[in-house]
Amino acid sequence: MKKKKVVLTFPPSSVEDPIIYHLISDHGLKVNILRAAIDPGKLGRMVVELTGEESRLSGGTAYLERQGIGIEPLAGEIRHLEDQCTSCTACVPVCPTGALDVNRETWMVSYDADRCVVCLSCVDVCPYRAIVSHF
Amino acid sequence: MARTIEEINEKIRAGSVVVFTAEEIIEVVREKGIKRASREVDVVTTGTFSPMCSSGAFINLRQEQQKMKFGGGYATLNDVPAYAGLAAADIYLGATALPEGDPRNNNGRPGRFRYGGAHVIEELAQGKKVLLNAGGYGTDCYPKKRREQMIGFEDMNEAFLFNPRNCYQNYNVAVNLSDKPIYTYMGKLKPRLGNANYCSAGQLSPLLNDPMYRTIGIGTRIFFCGTEGYVVWNGTQHNPDVPRLANGTPTAGAGTLALIGNLKDMDPKWLRAVSFTGYGVSLSVAVGLPIPILDEEMMRFVSISDAELKAPVIDYGVFYPTGEGKPKLAEVTYEELKSGTIEVNGKKVPTGSFSSYAKAKEVAGYLKSLITDGKFFMTQAVQPLPGPNHK
Repeated sequence: MKKKKVVLTFPPSSVEDPIIYHLISDHGLKVNILRAAIDPGKLGRMVVELTGEESRLSGGTAYLERQGIGIEPLAGEIRHLEDQCTSCTACVPVCPTGALDVNRETWMVSYDADRCVVCLSCVDVCPYRAIVSHF
Repeated sequence: MARTIEEINEKIRAGSVVVFTAEEIIEVVREKGIKRASREVDVVTTGTFSPMCSSGAFINLRQEQQKMKFGGGYATLNDVPAYAGLAAADIYLGATALPEGDPRNNNGRPGRFRYGGAHVIEELAQGKKVLLNAGGYGTDCYPKKRREQMIGFEDMNEAFLFNPRNCYQNYNVAVNLSDKPIYTYMGKLKPRLGNANYCSAGQLSPLLNDPMYRTIGIGTRIFFCGTEGYVVWNGTQHNPDVPRLANGTPTAGAGTLALIGNLKDMDPKWLRAVSFTGYGVSLSVAVGLPIPILDEEMMRFVSISDAELKAPVIDYGVFYPTGEGKPKLAEVTYEELKSGTIEVNGKKVPTGSFSSYAKAKEVAGYLKSLITDGKFFMTQAVQPLPGPNHK
């Protein structure tokens, strides 16, 4: 089984199609929706974690591409700007998954994209605007 | 054993001075004891890097050929209003000043506060130019009535930070007992004790290492945002009379410092504008204070560790804004705060800080290297700060 977190971009024309239903029933993938902004007639965006065998993942990805849905890795969605960050740790207690964490020896704050669920809690609390999101 | 500032400076000149940071010294004292450590160590350096709202810049603008009187008129820098009620060409730009009606700030509650006085100060320190818009009423000696010009440091005779209140000696730990999230100068506080925010470098914090103000006073030279600065007065709200632990350290915000330094010489790395969602704009500044180890008592003070420093936990949901309810929910040590969780009312609460301990370590380490390299000398204070029970 493999897991991957991706950001899906739905063109306005496919916002009303049951895409996720097809991913689950036709392609046998486990779909965990982490964040979604889908409005009729508008560009939709969704952060999902897809779990399944390699072959099913590539089948599901090909299906999404055929539907004209953009697929990008999650990594670019939330960016931790290390040059801007002062490692104050204001973000650490509000991060629900520990994606933003502090090494209590060096006191440096780090960001682990694999653990991030794009809840955006950190974006509001960083006084240095060192965490940015395009979502 | 006793040591004078002159003796320390002699050793700095000779290259034989022994310096540790206020973090390193804890281990040194644990190993060697107070007596031996105070014989062997001359200076202990402290550091802090944190938002300090009571900061701002005095700027004197070079006059053009036809002169204008700013005093009694107005001035904005990138639309941020500066205070112009001074002499003909002096203005003061406060860190928290906001441009009127700017969509970067007034974008609905809670508001992002993306641009203010601190951002103008930061841009100037980065060597950028900002737009001056100013006006005066015109006099026989200052006939010009309007001035609009892109200005940078080269257009200023002087630009210095003058911060009426920096370096709070200890501070509140902020929590929220109410049922709704609140946005404060201590950050976003989640309801029902969802998180706890603190703001001090603890064992590295300048005034917590000289808790009775024995060595620090008016005229003390400090590391200030990448250059040398000075303590010019006690800071506003300086309150030495708060309750203290047996080790001399206060258990709440107590002493403060008024600081001065040449903005033109500052390193933008150590001068950062910050935006507190739902609260406003502030400026983070770096301060490093060297503590001369005059005797064993000073060594005892600087060796106090996070486990022996306590801060009060305060409810910003009701008590802080209204004065109603329980004044202090708990007292916690900095060791507990830095562990990542504290216990309040029987609940485990995750902690975060606005004071960067990583940067505090860097400041104290850098100041240590300046002293050992013979580039920073100690000063004798001209006048001590008001201490406990002063009249």
